[in-house]
Amino acid sequence: MNLNNGKGSMSTASSSAAWKAGDVVPDQFPAGLRVLVVDDDPTCLMILEKMLRTCLYEVTKCNRAETALSLLRENKNGYDIVISDVHMPDMDGFKLLEHIGLEMDLPVIMMSADDGKNVVMKGVTHGACDYLIKPVRIEALKNIWQHVVRKKKNEWKDFEQSGSVEEGDRQQKQSEDADYSSSANEGNWRNSKKRKDEEEEAEERDDTSTLKKPRVVWSVELHQQFVAAVNQLGIDKAVPKKILELMNVPGLTRENVASHLQKYRLYLRRLSGVSQHQNNLTNSFISPQDATYGPLSSLNGLDLQTLAATGQLPAQSLATLQAAGLGRSAVKSRMPMPIVDQRNLFSFENPKLRFGEGQQQLSSSKPMNLLHGIPTTMEPKQLANLHHSAQSLGSMNMQVNAHGGQGGQGDSLLMQMNQSQARGQILNESTGSHVPTLTSSMGQPVLSNTVVGGVLARNCLAENGRGTRYNPVSHSSSMLNFPLNSTAELSGNSFPLGSGPGISGLTSKGTFQEEVNSEIKGSVGFMPSYDIFSDLNQHKSHDWELHNVGMTFNDSHQNNSLQSNLDVGTSVLSHQGFSSTQRTGQNRNISAVGKPMFTAGDTTDHVNAQNVGPINTFFTDNSVRVKSEFVPDASCETNLFPEQFGQEDLMSALLKQQQGGVAPAENEFDFDGYPLDNIPV
Amino acid sequence: MDRRHLRQQVTYVRKSLFDQGYLDDQFMQLEDLQDDANPNFVEEIVASFYSDSARLIQNIEQALVSRPVDFGKLDDCMHQFKGSSSSIGAKKVNMECSQFREYCCAGNIEGCIRTFQQIKQEHATLRKKLENFFQLARQAGQAETA
Repeated sequence: MNLNNGKGSMSTASSSAAWKAGDVVPDQFPAGLRVLVVDDDPTCLMILEKMLRTCLYEVTKCNRAETALSLLRENKNGYDIVISDVHMPDMDGFKLLEHIGLEMDLPVIMMSADDGKNVVMKGVTHGACDYLIKPVRIEALKNIWQHVVRKKKNEWKDFEQSGSVEEGDRQQKQSEDADYSSSANEGNWRNSKKRKDEEEEAEERDDTSTLKKPRVVWSVELHQQFVAAVNQLGIDKAVPKKILELMNVPGLTRENVASHLQKYRLYLRRLSGVSQHQNNLTNSFISPQDATYGPLSSLNGLDLQTLAATGQLPAQSLATLQAAGLGRSAVKSRMPMPIVDQRNLFSFENPKLRFGEGQQQLSSSKPMNLLHGIPTTMEPKQLANLHHSAQSLGSMNMQVNAHGGQGGQGDSLLMQMNQSQARGQILNESTGSHVPTLTSSMGQPVLSNTVVGGVLARNCLAENGRGTRYNPVSHSSSMLNFPLNSTAELSGNSFPLGSGPGISGLTSKGTFQEEVNSEIKGSVGFMPSYDIFSDLNQHKSHDWELHNVGMTFNDSHQNNSLQSNLDVGTSVLSHQGFSSTQRTGQNRNISAVGKPMFTAGDTTDHVNAQNVGPINTFFTDNSVRVKSEFVPDASCETNLFPEQFGQEDLMSALLKQQQGGVAPAENEFDFDGYPLDNIPV
Repeated sequence: MDRRHLRQQVTYVRKSLFDQGYLDDQFMQLEDLQDDANPNFVEEIVASFYSDSARLIQNIEQALVSRPVDFGKLDDCMHQFKGSSSSIGAKKVNMECSQFREYCCAGNIEGCIRTFQQIKQEHATLRKKLENFFQLARQAGQAETA
């Protein structure tokens, strides 16, 4: 088919890369394929370069992920494929992968000496089109061109089917011409096209890549607009056409939006479903970038230590928490971790950087913040918003933390309760990542630990998404301890929270679960389809997501937890703001639990508003996505118990720790009101 | 004659490096990449490896002596080193690295320290052998052009 005729212009300047939409490829192909290879190891880099040159590819090498990203951004159409190492000092390879996928939509191949199933799975879930085990042989590189062709082919198909705009028309004509010989084909094509159009409106497209030719650059602003539109419509109802209308950006086609939406959803899905942290203890701890979840799931205590070590978690608080029997240190650590990650993610984006950093601080101080209330470390700019809410949250968080912390710590506290069981479950579920909360059903005590982290997160970002995380609690009624099930508890508490964006959501009383779920939907913006979440819950452990959410969430559940939930929710929300997109699953949970946080349609609004900012940033960053999510689930559950155990002690400990002098929102929360009895142990 | 002798020597030394397990298939991959445009490619790669690995070894050493021991970091450092050594086909070094990682996962610091000594030894031994090999190859090459 001579589909290329019109498309010729699409291909980039490089002659070798004369990609034409459609099946035809230049004769010399794959020679001249423009490859960008990223690896911090100079020896490997040299070898790869030589191998790729031997394959007749055009090679550009760089040893830092940030450099690679800026190269890609400067020259959007300058590369056909990217090969990246997984372990890099300045940025996690997977983060880079996500960035590239979202911003440039290029095929990315991951490489690593690590051939563990988990890592490879991570590659798959993050959208890598292939995974090579080091040492890489030249034979493996000879065939990488197939990924480029495949992607282009899909784009072409999308384009054709979506029948959008001029391009589509032109192509249609061309294809029609090509098929002139067979009128039947044309007829079929037209029919199928019609069907496609109808279907497109209704559902997401499977194809993920946008048309190559008019490759849209999803800048931060554009993405923010996109997310805002999606939030406004509701993630479940967000269809490309409506999003396009809402965005009202000249030159943007429905296709562009459709494919971006696709990716966005995958992203969110991935976020909620990824249980990376599991084994990546090392990564999470060691590298702040990777921090996020990893530690959470695996070690409660270890996380705290790590946090402390990394300075994120003040030794004092750590000690306090530990002393308080917070087994969930993991949770706490997780919180900061993700944030840290975010930081890294954002590092190469100025605006984001600030935010990220702020968040990081928040997150890092999250564990602390919770204790201290408002994180003083928050970055001015973006944090300002959050700060505000964070403040309110802070106090709430405090309480929540107290609970959550307890919950998080859960180990000791909750032990008694089913939580420990749940935790066990959760732990089992998530290969090491504590995130399982999602799957486990929200309430899982294990999650609660993470919730603590989540709480912190809340402070940082008022993400709606976070709120949802807590949902897990509600979802998985199965979670023993999960108080969510007992919505009654919630109703008992009086959440005056409303203060923070997330908080407002929390105030939902009683039937969190139900409400939350529904609310979450409303908030959509951050919370991706519940469905996804629920699915993800099954097996994934969005550690961090849950954590964040969980933390507050659990508390809220309890009764008091409501209060705490609010905090958590808020913080989570804020935090989520970043990763809200990711959290989808999380969001749901949270909403279920502490509606207040996100779900309430109302809350969603403001949360969204707030979140939009950070989220967009976040989203654009991509990198933040994954990490920042906490697993609220965990926290939710643990919260339940803490109260019983040493509420007072914890509170005092927490209070002591407070730097910002965040007054424990005792007034708000009603700790005493926690009907721990209700906790379904 | 000299030339032939030298070349025979080169072949013999090379073969023994493989037979004795110092090098594996990956090294052959590097040799395949060497061509007229890059006549000393393999030597350059090996030189790059040894210069970079010094830094990696130092990282591992630091992680080994720091207390409390951070096994995560240790594993990470070793992972880097292993990736690098495997890329040049340093078979024995690689095997020791795997052993090290096992000890690391098990939290066995003594095992790690012991194994690390082995790694350094193998690392140094291979370096000498390769230097010798390259020198021989150069001589043989020169002899050929003579």
